[in-house]
Amino acid sequence: MPKPKNPAFHQPPPVSILRQGGYLIASIHTALDDTQLQRFQHDLIDQVGRYRAKGIIIDVAALDIVDSYATHTLRNLARMAGLRGASTVIVGINPDVAYAMVRLGLNLNTVHTALDLDEGLAVLNKATGDDRSRRGLTQRDQTTAR
Amino acid sequence: MTTGDTTPDRQPGHDMLLPELVAHLRENRSDLREKWAARITDAHLLSAMTNKEIFSEATSVYDNYVEVLETGNVEALQHYARDLSERIIPRGVETNEVVGIVLLLRDVLARSLFEKYRRDFPLLNRILDAYEPAANRIANTVAVSFVEERERVIRQQQDALRELSTPVLQVRERLLILPIIGILDTQRAQQLTEQLLRGIRTHRAKVVVVDITGVPEIDETVANHLVQTVDASRLMGAGVIVTGLSAEIAQTLVTIGVDLSKLSTVGDLQGGIEEAERVLGFKVIRSGDAET
Repeated sequence: MPKPKNPAFHQPPPVSILRQGGYLIASIHTALDDTQLQRFQHDLIDQVGRYRAKGIIIDVAALDIVDSYATHTLRNLARMAGLRGASTVIVGINPDVAYAMVRLGLNLNTVHTALDLDEGLAVLNKATGDDRSRRGLTQRDQTTAR
Repeated sequence: MTTGDTTPDRQPGHDMLLPELVAHLRENRSDLREKWAARITDAHLLSAMTNKEIFSEATSVYDNYVEVLETGNVEALQHYARDLSERIIPRGVETNEVVGIVLLLRDVLARSLFEKYRRDFPLLNRILDAYEPAANRIANTVAVSFVEERERVIRQQQDALRELSTPVLQVRERLLILPIIGILDTQRAQQLTEQLLRGIRTHRAKVVVVDITGVPEIDETVANHLVQTVDASRLMGAGVIVTGLSAEIAQTLVTIGVDLSKLSTVGDLQGGIEEAERVLGFKVIRSGDAET
């Protein structure tokens, strides 16, 4: 992981990434600038591989503004995570934020969205549910192979 | 009316004449007030009110009127006029009636002044110089207050109507319906979107059925707005089903070429609700014979 260049890096990070079962839950606590967004993207994609996550939930409930760069990053993130085998759900978009986004012509059509964490988990369970039996199979295969 | 020779001593005259005028109006209060009330009735103004009510309102207006003449401070009168308007607007009193009664009072008082000073014409002129601007200002104040109050009532009703016109209703757990009735303009479409998005959050909705059976026509802006509403709802994790597109609207939308590929539409409200139930995993089963 690259060392943070920010001198105030002992402050709590603006994003916390938690592990919950096979999922990663990333909560964004404050508005992120472009550098922080990049770093967040990097960290998250890195951890998808490290923890073999099947799904990612990104909680943006604390954000008052989601601009075009943030939207772009979120879209990319979902695609990158998809390449590494994880589905992404964005949760917690406020009514005002949602309306502002569509008025600016921003869309997240390629990404799953859900109301809140609960809903996001439900979406992920459904999205990865089909894989679960397969995953069980591959695990068994691995054990027999050993 | 104003002659040249009164102009030089007009300013000092003002200060002395106005108190004299006020004293005169106070002295003849009951007489003038009755005259005024009689003239209101004769002119068939304030027909929505009884004679007794007219007289009591006339008394308050009269006293306020004299007070404004004396102090030149219209604030109290403004307040009273607003208060009065609030009371009489619901009873169907029209603007012309209110303006009419204030002008009548002005005439009644002016006439009494003519009568009193008819022997001394220059003095009458000076008295009228003092009286007229003040009286006009009062008439103005009352009329403006009345109209403002009326406008406020209208605005309030408009807001209430707008609020009522777009109810967001929950029909099942996580299923909302939004029946839209009447013309959709940009402002209403915006308000509707905001209300819907808030509704999605409060009711934790997953599916919303937007029924536009009651919408007679739609233009490109509003159609695009509808698409935005659908997008915004999706950002909050709720799917939108649009139902009840009339033949005219369907034709308009296709003719003007709005991209509706993102909308899922179902013919009527019933079909929309059934589709929503299917998405949410509800199954409605008739439990036996219908009651009644």
